[in-house]
Amino acid sequence: MKTKSILLAGFVLGAFAVSGVSLVAVTHEAVDGRIADNQYQAMKRKLDTILPSERIDNDPLQDGIEVKAREYLGAEVTEVYRARNGEDPVAVVLEPIVPDGYAGPIKLLVSVLHDGTIGGVRVISHHETPGLGDKIEETKSDWVLEFNGKSLRNPPPEKWAVKRDGGEFDQFTGATITPRSIVNAVKSTLIYVDQQGEALFKAKPAAPADEKERT
Amino acid sequence: MSAPQSYASIVGEGIWSNNQMLVALLGLCPLLATTTSATNGLGMGLATTAVIACSNGTVSLVRHLVRPEIRIPVFVLVIASFVTLVELIMQAYFYEMYLVLGLFISLIVVNCMIIGRAEAFASKNRVDRALVDGLAVGLGATLVLTTLGALREFVAQGTIFYQADLLLGEAAKGLTVSLGDDYQGALIAILPPGAFIGLGLMIALKNVIDKLVRRLKTAAKPAHSDPAAHAEAAAT
Repeated sequence: MKTKSILLAGFVLGAFAVSGVSLVAVTHEAVDGRIADNQYQAMKRKLDTILPSERIDNDPLQDGIEVKAREYLGAEVTEVYRARNGEDPVAVVLEPIVPDGYAGPIKLLVSVLHDGTIGGVRVISHHETPGLGDKIEETKSDWVLEFNGKSLRNPPPEKWAVKRDGGEFDQFTGATITPRSIVNAVKSTLIYVDQQGEALFKAKPAAPADEKERT
Repeated sequence: MSAPQSYASIVGEGIWSNNQMLVALLGLCPLLATTTSATNGLGMGLATTAVIACSNGTVSLVRHLVRPEIRIPVFVLVIASFVTLVELIMQAYFYEMYLVLGLFISLIVVNCMIIGRAEAFASKNRVDRALVDGLAVGLGATLVLTTLGALREFVAQGTIFYQADLLLGEAAKGLTVSLGDDYQGALIAILPPGAFIGLGLMIALKNVIDKLVRRLKTAAKPAHSDPAAHAEAAAT
């Protein structure tokens, strides 16, 4: 009698687990393509704002590689997207991580044109203080636009710092740590791209981006 | 079992007199974390409502099947499934909103309010009542989340429903109220303490309103024998 009721309870519980999982699996299958498409579109919109799209004829998101350069880019593995015009390299887009933000790591998107100047910098995710450090978001202030057109020659490397440290970049009132760490991260991204040179464009592309996102 | 509650009293309890957030103080984690703007509060409230209505309905449907000793794991399974569904659907149709609320959507699973309603109400009532209760409780929570979000957003950055288009589409841009760019704002409102202060004020306000209503009711009762007082009570 006791065993029977335990078995019955186990069976009912198992039935719920199976139906719950199937419901989720069916829905996942149904909306999966849409979700991957959303992610792709969101990324593409971001890329379009920091790349000279009129000079590009490939889809950089389909032309990505993974590089390992923790000391320059902050993460074990970093995505690098290549923008080309026919055979000519136009720009690379990297996703470096700023390890030393005021409230944890900050994820960036940096495009570097083939001549070594910055096409644009955007903040993808961060946990900085609302109202102080979050002015790094493009929707909140124009600060990240300061990087446009900068390179390791303009300003020279020793001037790649916030004004308080004798550099050229603005800091925010009440928040110096956030801008300082982002300026450093962008600088080391530039150094990395400069060191790699053509190698970044020559590397074989990894699996297409949309297939990776599905895993 | 006692006589079943009327729909009106279920709705009244869910939205006002037994509001799970203002009275039972359940679900404080999403309340504190996501109410940094009216849009976020509304999004979180609607997601919670969807989950609670679905879980209430399902729990009520299977209430005779589920033996008492396994009811809690079954509730957890049901709620977890629906939360995952809501999360997937949000990713597919409200992607921008999902990016803002992402982490907290999965945390709806551990919102005590939902398992609380499953255990206290849905497992003892008919499906229609359980559904009404889920919707009412969810609506009550949505109202609190949206109001607190609007309050904090307004004090901190001088806007209400900023970026409402993320949730409600382009047409909702007209919803945004703004004081203009000159407003300096009180940062504390958008930081975690601001949520506690705001919630405290809302609970206090609810208690004051309840007290006023009670006083009016007791004042109105003896009025039947006194025409002058009756007229006065009606006027107020």
